[in-house]
Amino acid sequence: MTRDEIREGVLRALSDVAPEADAATLRFDTDLRDQLDIDSMDSLNFAIGIHEQLQVDIPEADWARLYTLDEVIDYVVETTAA
Amino acid sequence: MAEFVMPALGADMQAGTLLEWRKQPGDPVTKGDIVAVVHTDKADVEVEVFTSGVIETLLVEPGAEVPVGTVLAVIHEDGAPALRAEARAAPPAEPAAAHVVISPSARHLAEELGIDPASIHGSGPHGRIQRKDVEAAAAAREAAAAPTPPVPQPTVPPAVPPPAIAVPAPAKAVAPTDERNAAMRRAIAAAMSRSKREIPHFYLAQTIDMSNAIAWLAQENQRRPVTERLLHGVLLLKAAALALREVPELNAVWDGDELVRREDINVGVAISLRGGGLVAPAIHDADALGLDELMHALRDLVSRARSWSLRSSEMSDPTITVTSLGERGVESAFGVIFPPQVAIVGFGTMVERPWISEGQILACPIVNASLSADHRVTDGHRASAFLAAVDRLLQEPDTL
Repeated sequence: MTRDEIREGVLRALSDVAPEADAATLRFDTDLRDQLDIDSMDSLNFAIGIHEQLQVDIPEADWARLYTLDEVIDYVVETTAA
Repeated sequence: MAEFVMPALGADMQAGTLLEWRKQPGDPVTKGDIVAVVHTDKADVEVEVFTSGVIETLLVEPGAEVPVGTVLAVIHEDGAPALRAEARAAPPAEPAAAHVVISPSARHLAEELGIDPASIHGSGPHGRIQRKDVEAAAAAREAAAAPTPPVPQPTVPPAVPPPAIAVPAPAKAVAPTDERNAAMRRAIAAAMSRSKREIPHFYLAQTIDMSNAIAWLAQENQRRPVTERLLHGVLLLKAAALALREVPELNAVWDGDELVRREDINVGVAISLRGGGLVAPAIHDADALGLDELMHALRDLVSRARSWSLRSSEMSDPTITVTSLGERGVESAFGVIFPPQVAIVGFGTMVERPWISEGQILACPIVNASLSADHRVTDGHRASAFLAAVDRLLQEPDTL
């Protein structure tokens, strides 16, 4: 997968839990919880969405350290490249 | 023959709008089937049927707003004798005229005051008439003796059904509209104002060491795929549900002037909606569900709450509510009881704090649990027993 494909998959997963999120105005370097009204259930559903979109299962310990969209995309890029 | 009525889907719900029928005359239905979708100020709710049989007649058109308790459809129950032809052809009954469910004290008061229960609008669950409804009817009768401005009439069903209403996909969150938010705020305002007016709240809090629970959860989640992960909120929910078995008077509703205990433990979960507002639908039999089942039920419930597709029994059946406001760092949450329930449990955020155990100062994850309870039905001693049970249960997470 290319980085662009991963980016699209991550944004699709995010749009399922936060339909109001606008990719054009989202800041990729800012904590998602500060930008969107994300709670623990949304966060889990986002992780499940990434699993469904990109077939990447992010361990809970790692997921807890990913705050921004850039960090999520970087993590998936590194995981799929390995 | 059974009547399918506009249910009461929350405190102070007076009326609902029928959005659509999911069944038609002649269709067989089984208890629990979704028969209709109803719009309330707080949500669009899928309404289940509580009897099995065949839909005989639909009495209300989609788009009509009708009072709680209004007969929406007639169901020919399984095992009931076949209806006579003239009965089948009978015109629709007057709304709620033949369906009177009334508490004993309300019936007694109605008899004292000489008021026909059939003329009273019941505000309780499933249109049950409560003592306050009788009092309101008596007040209205007295007021009617004096000249008054015309009273608004109930909304008449439109001659032409409105366009079909799209049902949102169940797993997708839906952004709310301003109108919907405003209606929800009105509903919350009415319920919470009533709660603070009528319910003598008292509040208790307990600090709980979550070390065991969190260590157990981390180990569990490490071996689970992401789709089967548990949130720590599920442990809190299950502990609260099990604690209710030990303090059953909190698993109850206050009906007019009496406590009605419930056998089933249906825990309402306060779910914040995107863009504001909240609903608190029930997870049925939460005490009997395993953690995996409970997690599945919670995910499903949150998803459907945020896509506005809850079911009627989920809105009407909670006997207690659990709210967790720790997501943004709130340390303690003292909730307002959602009538007719008699208690609400609050959990704050989990924070690491110094904790003394066996003479050692340790850094432990702790959470503040609170209980807002109705002093008409319980007291501090029993309420503290509830919180102590929650604490004890969370110390042994593998038994939840």
